[in-house]
Amino acid sequence: MTKPATDLLTLPRKKLRVMNLLWLVVLIGGLVVSTQVTNTSLPALFANFGNFTEIFVAMAKPDWSYSGTVIPLVIQTIKIAILGTFFGSIVAFVYSLLIARNVIKNRLVTAVLRFVMNIIRTIPDLLLGAIFVAIVGIGPVAGVLALSVFTFGVVVKLFYEAIETIDPGPIEALTAVGANKWQIIQVAILPQVMTYFISYVLYAFEINVRASTVLGYIGAGGIGLYLQQTLQVFDYARTGTIIIIIIVVVVLIDYISSKSREALMR
Amino acid sequence: METSYQKLVPQTTNKLKVCWHWLIAIAAIALIAWSFTDMDFGGIKASAGQIAGAIFKGIFHPDWHYVYTGDGEDLVSELWETMCIAFLGTFISAIISVPFAFWSAHTKYKRWWSARLGKIVLAVIRSFPEIVLALMFIKAVGPGSAAGVLALGFHSVGMLAKLFSEAIENLEEGANEAVTATGGSKWHIMMFATLPNLLPALISNTLYRFDVSLRSASILGLVGAGGIGYPLIIALQYRQWDRVGIILLGIIVMVVLVDWLSGWIRARLV
Repeated sequence: MTKPATDLLTLPRKKLRVMNLLWLVVLIGGLVVSTQVTNTSLPALFANFGNFTEIFVAMAKPDWSYSGTVIPLVIQTIKIAILGTFFGSIVAFVYSLLIARNVIKNRLVTAVLRFVMNIIRTIPDLLLGAIFVAIVGIGPVAGVLALSVFTFGVVVKLFYEAIETIDPGPIEALTAVGANKWQIIQVAILPQVMTYFISYVLYAFEINVRASTVLGYIGAGGIGLYLQQTLQVFDYARTGTIIIIIIVVVVLIDYISSKSREALMR
Repeated sequence: METSYQKLVPQTTNKLKVCWHWLIAIAAIALIAWSFTDMDFGGIKASAGQIAGAIFKGIFHPDWHYVYTGDGEDLVSELWETMCIAFLGTFISAIISVPFAFWSAHTKYKRWWSARLGKIVLAVIRSFPEIVLALMFIKAVGPGSAAGVLALGFHSVGMLAKLFSEAIENLEEGANEAVTATGGSKWHIMMFATLPNLLPALISNTLYRFDVSLRSASILGLVGAGGIGYPLIIALQYRQWDRVGIILLGIIVMVVLVDWLSGWIRARLV
């Protein structure tokens, strides 16, 4: 009778892995170091939490009379997002074909172009906005340019990977009958990847709508300008109005876009 | 022989589908055309090309002296601070995200409206502009990287909890049922079935979020919430293009290194 009991006690135990311990040490070390470097202290937050909730309460009582001023800039914001997505995706479309290894066989060309793409991809959207404001001056054009470059980075990565994973059969068949590059792209590649492309463009558009709402903060056009102005004069009721409108618009566009992406992929 | 090609059966087309595609295409073109209205592309500053050239020149002739000066205001220490903001912010958001994820995961154990409500709350958190959150935290804890950490920590919850909840929804039921069958309590199910199955997805998503947070942390400085963004905006305003160049180079190198590292860890996890 005692045998099963001991069997249970000698069940194989999980091995303690040294690597796991090491990761834990790295994690805790990172936490300690970064808490010190950033000077973050939760007690300080809780001590001043009143200031934080005060702003929140002020924002919760929005000033609806302000919405008349806000709406035209919201529309401008959406326009910036649409144009940024449009320009960025056109460039991304051509560029993806140039860096897909099953379209361009020259390894050197694809490697150099991919390097350029990876560097462009690392720059965050607002940083692009700040740079373009410095280049072309304050206004929505800077926002459109920043979002174009940003969209390019988002779409090109997803799209060239989609191109590389297509069924090689049609390409081989067309090569065998002597089709040229353009015909191969048109007949063998594009029909297989167009739905993906549209889906990625919609995805980039969702990100762009979010990004465009704050671009104005650094002078790149759109609703962000009022966000900055109202925050500067501590008019939180108006800030609240802007934020609520932004959230409604963003969630709405997100919902429509993700539903149409699902319909597309089905 | 030659004519047989002419007799090939044409591809069957669904007329209704084609109609829909054309309608959507026309709507999209109309939308894009509408966006061009009131957009003044002529207002570009005349010096645009010159400044763009100067920035490019700055990237290729960066201000190397700025890399390390030892007074804590140089590139290396600012980048290090940015990294710490992203690390701590991601950690905080990962912890907050877990309960939110269980709330908004659509599983058979709870009513549909509960999960739906959770998803809406997450969508609202996601859409709340990060910069505004940073400014609110600056009011609470003063300007500096602590405000950046808190802003990132709360903002990332929106996206991270969404990814987590998708991982929960994709969990296999088998392990849970096995623990229940041997008489395990809810706590046992959590500890021995749900969490071990979930952990790789949680870690992988958190690492992915760290990549994103690093990019966010490098722009939070634009509003005074610490990190590399602040010296960048100052350099842009004072037209020190060689300094802009070195800061951009620094950000690019940092992001590429971290992306590569987290990709390596994630590849080993799965």
